[in-house]
Formats: sequence, structure tokens, C-alpha cells
Amino acid sequence: MGLRSTLDNLAPLFEKGGKYEKMYPLYEAVDTGLYSPPNVTNNTAHVRDGIDLKRIMITVWLCTFPAMFFGMYNIGLQANEAIAAGHGTVLEGWREFLIALLGGSGHSAASIWDNFVFGAAYFLPVYAVTFIVGGFWEVLFATVRRHEVNEGFFVTSVLFALTLPPTIPLWQVALGISFGVVIGKEVFGGTGKNFLNPALAGRAFLFFAYPASMSGNAVWTAADGFTGATALGSAAEGGVAKIIENGVTWSDAFFGTIQGSMGETSTLAILIGGVVLMAMNIAAWRIVVGVMIGMVAFSTLLNVVGSDTNPMFALPWYWHLVLGGFAFGMIFMATDPVSASMTNKGKWYFGGLIGFMVVMIRVVNPAFPEGMMLAILFANLFAPLIDHFVVQANIKRRIARVSK
Amino acid sequence: MEHYISLFVRSVFLENMALSFFLGMCTFMAISKKIQTAIGLGVAVVVVLAICTPINNLIYGLLLKEGAMTWASPEMASVDLSFLGLLTYIGVIAAVVQIMEMVLDKYVPALYNALGVFLPLITVNCAIMGAVLFMVERDYNFAESAVFGVGSGLGWALAITALAGIREKLKYSDVPKGLQGLGITMMTVGLMSLGFMSFSGVSL
Repeated sequence: MGLRSTLDNLAPLFEKGGKYEKMYPLYEAVDTGLYSPPNVTNNTAHVRDGIDLKRIMITVWLCTFPAMFFGMYNIGLQANEAIAAGHGTVLEGWREFLIALLGGSGHSAASIWDNFVFGAAYFLPVYAVTFIVGGFWEVLFATVRRHEVNEGFFVTSVLFALTLPPTIPLWQVALGISFGVVIGKEVFGGTGKNFLNPALAGRAFLFFAYPASMSGNAVWTAADGFTGATALGSAAEGGVAKIIENGVTWSDAFFGTIQGSMGETSTLAILIGGVVLMAMNIAAWRIVVGVMIGMVAFSTLLNVVGSDTNPMFALPWYWHLVLGGFAFGMIFMATDPVSASMTNKGKWYFGGLIGFMVVMIRVVNPAFPEGMMLAILFANLFAPLIDHFVVQANIKRRIARVSK
Repeated sequence: MEHYISLFVRSVFLENMALSFFLGMCTFMAISKKIQTAIGLGVAVVVVLAICTPINNLIYGLLLKEGAMTWASPEMASVDLSFLGLLTYIGVIAAVVQIMEMVLDKYVPALYNALGVFLPLITVNCAIMGAVLFMVERDYNFAESAVFGVGSGLGWALAITALAGIREKLKYSDVPKGLQGLGITMMTVGLMSLGFMSFSGVSL
């Protein structure tokens, strides 16, 4: 136990009265990240099983790995295919150097390893910047305000990075995560005390501040000069027929070999993580089912209503499911335990509202082809209100039962 | 009919008085600590707007607009009283609020006490004056102004209720000292309007 005793030897320096007293949260984060915290809850108040907030957050983080690794492969696949087809050229610069450093041998779209290394060279810098800048704010606030550095940040950072397009400039990444962590979370007092999902708040900030690097046809594939409509973009032009004409089939979209945000393309990989999360009772299945119900119901209604001028009306629900950020948002963002509704009944309404709003934005709002992010933010605003009414209804019902 | 529905939806969500135009902020921030009171104030604003906007529309259309008084005599075709607009509108609003205050005092004293000084202050609530001025500027007819009045009132009520919900939740937050109270509420409202951006760009 060399590491344990090293940490124990360092402990007096950081505890009250020690030399680095102010840095205690940092020490605490390293210590409890590596080992189980020594001080455990010992009355019966909320003992349910051995899992605590730290382990929950780490589990969510691990559950994003299928989407993350597939995402890295897919970034490479999309870019290398575009380069091979002559639609774009290799972006020269430090990333090429990084690819060589990581052991990439070239730009062959057929080689899984080449694609993976290419993707890693795009994703890892973004993730590193997210982690370092976000972590800096997290530690700063923890130190000054004397709360713990929370593993919630692991989740925020990975979710934020996965929702970005691969070509985003790194300084924008830094700006976005700063907004998300500071304004979205820390000014309210840290994890558990905010009302918006911090990762989404940061992404929405970037989306409205720098639309040119967050939307459009040129940002989703990391090849110089490449432009190509995203699947949702083509759907807005000509419905399913146009998507297929542009060479994307439903199974492409389901397995994720389409262009898009770094971790959002593969519905399959996301669902693998999602099943684990729901089986472990970490992500609320009620919210996920609620989102599905809302989305299926409203998109089917629009299918029936129909429209002559707007082809999005005819897009069936199983396409809505696999395109854009729907699956990712449903599994990872909507189920954020802090910003979602807390009551069981409220979760159904909360999920339903998201499902309804995402279809509404995608179909009716021509300004945004994708609506998952805004739908979840919108539902976040009403989550406390939904809870309030559910609780009031319960109180009323019980009073009626007692006074009968 | 479709025209009125789209006008209604637009005034509730797209052109939300509180979260897109930031009108009526003083009451919006002050009365949003509890959901129950917020709903009460929201209803009061809906009622005032639903009455004031159509009445002011009639006054504007029949008396104030240039050439509006030709119905009285053809010689008055050149009379333009629109400079009296602001005075008249605020008078109508004040009268309606006054009546409502008496009604609330008699029938819902609890709400009357909870709203306190902010009930008479609805008179100078910019959301209401704003809706009336929008009505004039956009040249709504009588039916349109009624729909617009109810819609923008409901939008404002929805926003303040949601804000109250969030603020009840934020009671358990650990906000830095300098930001407690209005500071954090301002930031909350800013973040809320980020969520309402989902409607910007919808053309109905």
C-alpha cells in the first residue's frame, strides 16, 4: 500500500492547520478518487446499497465509453472517406503530427486503426481542454468556497466534449465549458444545486455565440473544404427520400457511421451504455420511456396531419430516434438526476415534454435543424414546477383519504 | 381561425413578454419567491391584459388614430389624437387594476395580502404597457388584440410560475454571498431565456 501510505503521510499538510490547508479539496479529490472515502454514513437514514455519488458518477462516465470509442472511430471514418473520395483534403497542422505520434500510419478509410487514431487526435485534445479548463474552475470554486470537488464534473466534461463537432476550435471549447461549469453550476453552489444541465448550458452558449462552428454543413467532418448536409439537414429538405439519396440508410444512422457530433452518431453504442445505466437504476427509466412516448406520439401525430410544404412532417419516429442527438440526449442528458424532475410521476411528464419539444423544434422551427439540446433545457426550466404540482396532488389525495 | 391560433402561440412562447422582451422585470423578480403567489400574480396580469388590450384597441381605433373620428363628423378626418395615446392607455390600465384590487380584497384576501404593493404596481408593469403599445404598433384589430392580450398575459404568467418553481428549488442552493437575492435571480432569468430560445425562428 505504498500509495495509501503516501497519501496518508501527505494528509496532515492539507488538513486544518496544515501548510496547504487551502488546497484541501484537491487532495480530497485525489484521495477519494483513488480509494473509498474513509468516512461513511453510519446511521440508517439513507443506506440502500454500497453505491455512493462518486461511484454513480464514475459509472455514468464509464457508460459513455462505447459512444466515445465508436465516436473516435467514426470521426476518422467520415474524414478519411471524404478525403479518399476527393471531397476534402487533409487538414494540415499539429493534429497530423499528433496522429503520427499516436501511431497512425495514414489516411486509409478501410483501416480501423487509422480511423481510430485519426478520431483520437480530434477528440482527445477537445476532451483534454474541457477537462483542464473545467477542472480548473471546479477546483478554484471548491477551494474558495470550501466544498468538495465532485465527480459530477467527470460526467459534465465527457458529455460536453461528446456533443461538440470534431472541427471546433479549442478556445471555444474552453469558453463553453467555462460558461457551463461557472454559470450553469458553480454560482448555484456546485453539483446538486443547479437547475440546468451544465454540459448543455455550455453547449447552448457556444451554439448561440458561435453558430458558424456549431452548426451548418461544414463542421461535422474533419476534412478541409468538405461540406455535406447532415442527415437532419437533408430531412428538412426532402424527407426520408432525400436522406437516402444522400447515401445514408437507417442502419447507417443506427450504427452511427454518419457525420455528426463526436459521440452522438451511434444510437447502438449509446443504447449499450443506456441499458447498463437503467439496469443499475442510475438513469431513470421513466424519463427515457417518457421521452420516447412523447417523441413517438407527437411525430406520429404530425405524420397523420401531414404538410405539403414541410417534408419534416412526414419523418417517421424511428428516423427521429436515430438522427442527431436524440438518443444521446435521451440517455445521458435528460436523465441528469439534478436538473430533471425528482418525483416518479413528474419524470413521466418531464420526459414527455422533452419528446414533444424535440419533435416540435425539429419539424416546426426552420432556424434549428436539431432540437434535442434546446428541448432538454426547456424541460429543465419546468422540472421544479412539475415536481411541485405532483407533490401538491399527492398531499391533496392523502388529505382526502385521511378525512374520509 | 388558424391566424388567431398562431398569433396566440406566438404571443405565449415566441414573443414571451418576460423572457424574450424582458418586460415587467420588477414584479417578475420580486413576486417569484413562492409558486402560489406567482400563480396569483400571473392570473392577475392575464386578467388585466385581457381587459386592457381590447379596450385600448377600441379607444385607439375609434378616437385616437388619425382620421379615426370620421364616424362623428367628416370634418374630423384630419384630427390626430395619437399623442394622447400613452396617457389614455395608462389611465385605462390604472382603472382596471383599481377594480381588480377591490375584487381581490373582497374575495381573495390572502392573495391580496401576499401581493401587497405589487398589485397596484401592476399599473406600471411594463409588460402590460408593452403589450398595449405592441398592439398599437402592429395595428391589430379588435379580435387580434383580445387574443394577443390573453396570450401575452399567459406567457408572462407561465414564465413567472416557472421562475418561482426554480427559485423554490434554489432555496437549497449555496449561492455566493455577493450573488444572493436579485443577483442570482437575474442569472436564473438569463439562463431561462436561453431555454426559451428554442422558439426563436419559428415562423407561424
